[in-house]
Amino acid sequence: MRGSWWKLGSALLVLYALTAGLILEVPRLVVLNETIRNLFYHVGMWFSMLALFLGSIIYSVKYLRNPLQSFDEKAESAAKVGFFMGLLGLFTGMLWAKFTWGTYWTNDPKLNGTAVSLLAYLAYFVLRSSMEDPMKKGRIAAVYNIFSFVIMIVFIQVLPRLTDSLHPGNGGNPAFGQYDLDNNMRLVFYPAMIGWIGLSYWIWDIRTRIQVLKRQAENTDLELEA
Amino acid sequence: MLRMRSTRSGIALPGALWKKLSLLTALFLSASLSAQMPIDMADQFRTDGKIRVVIAVIAIIFIGLIVYMIRLDKRLRNLEKDHSQT
Repeated sequence: MRGSWWKLGSALLVLYALTAGLILEVPRLVVLNETIRNLFYHVGMWFSMLALFLGSIIYSVKYLRNPLQSFDEKAESAAKVGFFMGLLGLFTGMLWAKFTWGTYWTNDPKLNGTAVSLLAYLAYFVLRSSMEDPMKKGRIAAVYNIFSFVIMIVFIQVLPRLTDSLHPGNGGNPAFGQYDLDNNMRLVFYPAMIGWIGLSYWIWDIRTRIQVLKRQAENTDLELEA
Repeated sequence: MLRMRSTRSGIALPGALWKKLSLLTALFLSASLSAQMPIDMADQFRTDGKIRVVIAVIAIIFIGLIVYMIRLDKRLRNLEKDHSQT
């Protein structure tokens, strides 16, 4: 497991979040009550999604500068794992919303923005699967990936801050740290976020390696046919 | 008909959303007042509710999953090694 210390490290951080996050004293807040602990888990999904989409766009840019197949494979699998983490974040958020805001879905700009962004990434996957030629596919997908990343940042990070949103830190609502993240919670929150990002990068790593093996197997098949 | 009210930023919102927003504002305002108000927490559950057993179960399951992930990672590494040799 040389060079993989971060995989074990992030697993330990998540383990710490799962245990300490439930034992630790949290501030007593109305409406939220114990659900404030969801901050360690639900928010982790979004941090992972952002980190993976960031990884995806970095490899897309790398691919545009130097069209190596492995860059494209990395960009694709990062977007796929990021999409999955986003779905988890969406579903856990809906459950949390039901018990605090009273409904699974409100027309909150952050919620709708997330839905739009995830659809933009869904379009990225459809676009990929619609093309055969790997060079053409890689280039067009990389350009579109940059576009969907910008869409995502605008819809999730910018617009909710300009209008009114129920989420902390948006539309005049206080951000984490002012009221709901006390020093006690910080002890778990930051390690938890690093842990979740690390864990999702581990999944990204496995996905990419399977993709590379698959391509190599296909190439040897082609050589045998020829 | 939806009752519209304007907010601080001057955007008109339907009454229902306005209600939710003001609820949330009240939430954050009351955070500072919470010392005087009793707020339901899982205190009882924590003192004699054997919560530590649940946490131990979660920890064991998670460790099990991680061990499985490590083994999968190793198998993948062996496959990669085999492939680079051929």
